Amino acid sequence: MSSQDIPEENLPAAQRGTHAPKPADDKNPFADPGLPPHEHRIQDIDERAAKRSERTVALLFTVSMLATIGFIASFVAIPHDKSIYVFPLGHINAMNLALGLTLGVALFTIGAGAVHWARTLMSDEEVADERHPIEASPEVRAKVHADFKQGAKESVIGRRKLIRNTMLGALTLVPLSGVVLLRDLGPLPGTKLRHTLWNKGKLLVNMNTNEPMRPSDIAVGSLTFAKPEGLDEHDHGFQNEIAKAALMLIRLEPEAIKDKRELEWSHEGIVAYSKICTHVGCPISLYEQQTHHALCPCHQSTFDLADGARVIFGPAGHALPQLRIGVNDEGYLEALSDFEEPVGPAFWERG
Amino acid sequence: MSTAANEAPRSRGKAPAGERVADWADGRLGIYSLAKANMRKIFPDHWSFMLGEICLYSFIIIILTGVYLTLFFHPSMNEVEYHGSYVPMQGQLMSEAYKSTLDISFDVRGGLLIRQIHHWAAIIFLAGMFVHMMRVFFTGAFRKPREINWLFGFLLFVLGMFTGFTGYSLPDDLLSGTGVRFTQGAILSVPIVGTYISMFLFGGEFPGTDFVARFYSIHILLLPGIMLGLVVGHLILVFYHKHTQFAGPGKTNKNVVGMPLLPVYMAKAGGFFFLVFGVIAAIAGIASVNPIWSIGPYRPDQVSTGAQPDWYMGFAEGLVRAMPGWEINFWGHTLVLGVFVPLVIFGLFLAIIALYPFIESWVTGDKREHHILDRPRNAPTRTAFGVAWVTAYMIMLIGGGNDIVATHFHLSINAVTWFVRIGFFAGPVIAFVITKRICLGLQRRDKEKVLHGRESGIIKRLPHGEFIEVHEPLSQEQLHTLTAHEQYKSAEIGPTVDENGVQRKVKRTDKLRAKLSKSYYGPESQIPKPTVEEYKEITSGHGHH
Ligand code: HEM
Ligand code: FES
Repeated sequence: MSSQDIPEENLPAAQRGTHAPKPADDKNPFADPGLPPHEHRIQDIDERAAKRSERTVALLFTVSMLATIGFIASFVAIPHDKSIYVFPLGHINAMNLALGLTLGVALFTIGAGAVHWARTLMSDEEVADERHPIEASPEVRAKVHADFKQGAKESVIGRRKLIRNTMLGALTLVPLSGVVLLRDLGPLPGTKLRHTLWNKGKLLVNMNTNEPMRPSDIAVGSLTFAKPEGLDEHDHGFQNEIAKAALMLIRLEPEAIKDKRELEWSHEGIVAYSKICTHVGCPISLYEQQTHHALCPCHQSTFDLADGARVIFGPAGHALPQLRIGVNDEGYLEALSDFEEPVGPAFWERG
Repeated sequence: MSTAANEAPRSRGKAPAGERVADWADGRLGIYSLAKANMRKIFPDHWSFMLGEICLYSFIIIILTGVYLTLFFHPSMNEVEYHGSYVPMQGQLMSEAYKSTLDISFDVRGGLLIRQIHHWAAIIFLAGMFVHMMRVFFTGAFRKPREINWLFGFLLFVLGMFTGFTGYSLPDDLLSGTGVRFTQGAILSVPIVGTYISMFLFGGEFPGTDFVARFYSIHILLLPGIMLGLVVGHLILVFYHKHTQFAGPGKTNKNVVGMPLLPVYMAKAGGFFFLVFGVIAAIAGIASVNPIWSIGPYRPDQVSTGAQPDWYMGFAEGLVRAMPGWEINFWGHTLVLGVFVPLVIFGLFLAIIALYPFIESWVTGDKREHHILDRPRNAPTRTAFGVAWVTAYMIMLIGGGNDIVATHFHLSINAVTWFVRIGFFAGPVIAFVITKRICLGLQRRDKEKVLHGRESGIIKRLPHGEFIEVHEPLSQEQLHTLTAHEQYKSAEIGPTVDENGVQRKVKRTDKLRAKLSKSYYGPESQIPKPTVEEYKEITSGHGHH
């Protein structure tokens, strides 16, 4: 790299002593004095010290061998479900601890031995290597450019435009096959995100007991999780359905319900909201009965279940969807329709 | 040289066996030419150069342990009932992926250790890359000719984040499943194509039955394959460019001072691999990471409180937590700014640091090679910018654990969130100003040291009663080291009227550049280093005192 292609005057002027080591002179007290002379270590002069280093290294390598034997012994001898109490760690798996420590020591001592060897017994004299500019010399550069032009000319690609253009066309089109092949990675969204298993007449089933519920089963202030009847965790597709249909039920004093629609869609003060947070979809799991606030544990979005489940804190963008509920002829809680809006996180087509 | 006479002694087997093998290989691979250039290659020594080695070694450890895990892990989301040796889970429904991870932890002897080494090594790998990247940044090691290697390193960091994310999603436990749900929710927020990407990635609706198998091939094949290529390229370039070094006696921009690859560097670096591996193995034996058995299998309607991703995803988590939940509805569409904006900021924030070398070289207009590292203080604006970036990153990391911070320090979550929101914008500015001042202060101190010597700590009483501290003059080595750095002058736009009095158009980019240049190298941004004249005047002046 030469300085003639530095375009700006704002570069530091050629500086004293920065580039080539000049011998120290009294003209420039800042000049590079060159590499300091090599200083001998104790091991370089005293054979006894060198012997000591040798023994230390050998000891470390020996410890490594012993630790490997210890590793194998632990593997064979310790029952793999044995748990032991180790003071600051608490109850831990004995085999895991033994294997980890023996392996750790076996490896560490090899490393420590090698480093000690290098530091005390191998030459520590610093030497200088020259650097060469990364970029090619002007001659090489000119040669390569000329070779390339020659090659391009011989290929006649510049002259036979038809070949060039069709080739570019073909190369542009061919990756399309690859893109098309990705089509069956999954179905198109369609209206899948808008529907859940809920619809008119579906009974609300208690998540824990697997039984349908009557209004009297739900105490004021409690939080109950529910799923649609007929959805069993052994079913194929259970995970996908519960990811949308999971419901939470709470019972409020009807006077406490501030939102008119919420009151209309409730039954004897029981309201049913989607359990899936409208932020990015965590299930909501915490409920504070005094304030009627539901909290999402993921990013702390807080919803006021007495006021249309609107967001009162946190990053969620809209209220939790409410499910319209009532009771059937036998007095069991049932859904009166599917959710009116998509549950879970918002998306472009949600509207 | 390859005459029959020369080969005869070899075939008679007089040369040692190792030499004969090497000769054989050289005849086919030409290894001697390679070795000639590299066997005694010089490597400078500095503690901060070990950071890159930590990354390399943890990467190797991850690959070794990862291959072991593939022997036992079943990347399938088929639901099965558990009947293994971990009693509390008996009879539970779970995916095969989760079950096989339980088996690795409880039924394969040493399996738990390898799982934990794999996970710990991943955590250390990413932490190592972050710190290594900062070392390169603050010493200016990214300057020409190393910009491409900076990009390689940056890509490794970003791909490492995604490899880690796909990795800890594989066991399909409640914690990682929640993270996957988060990702799916974030994908849904992308305008126009979000729902399509989500359907294609998950093979339908969330969670579906495909993502573990898909993440698996991404995690063990696609991303590590690309990363391996980048690591090899990164190392080839380090060899090819030769290592940078700090200024010092005998060290110039045209040489590299240190110790040869064989034996010293090889012993130290090779030994260091075992040190890193040993420490990680011991940590994996002592400290449990990701105990999936106490978390439970994933169910989209269940969640564990205090859900936290691995640290390297904390920054993204923080952005999502701090952003207000803005949503805009129009013409039957929804723009989910509350989630999409953090996604965009995440990308931009990383892009800034990736492109920084090109910004700086544009401002300086410097096209020369740089092999001598800057001390951070001697590049105050760059250093201040870097500290500002790290500050924003750290504030978001705190934001990612806002609930933990809140409960730990008994603060309201609201307060922590507002601190993070304001801090993300104000923190970097404050950090920038303070860092720049500190750098300038350190430059002044260096100048002082050069001109007046080092404070010796010895107090002397002058005849008239005044106390002074004796200053020891610096050696020439020290003088050189403290004055070896270059100082740019800030660029001027130049006269806007040419010699004929014609108004010259100044491009807007030129103006911007001059402005940036001034803030980088203007009088407020660096202390002119001592000149020889100043030095001589003061040192000769001393005699007259
Ligand atoms: C290159 C960077 C890599 C990173 C950062 C990484 C990170 C991770 C992490 C954090 C886990 C979760 C472990 C747990 O706690 O359960 C994991 C799991 C896994 N990784 Fe990797 N990994 C990497 C490369 C690889 C490679 C190259 C392979 C195989 C060739 C591999 C195979 C596996 C397997 C099979 C699992 C699931 C088993 C389990 O979770 O116990 N990984 N990975
Ligand atoms: S998913 Fe509920 S707050 Fe983020």
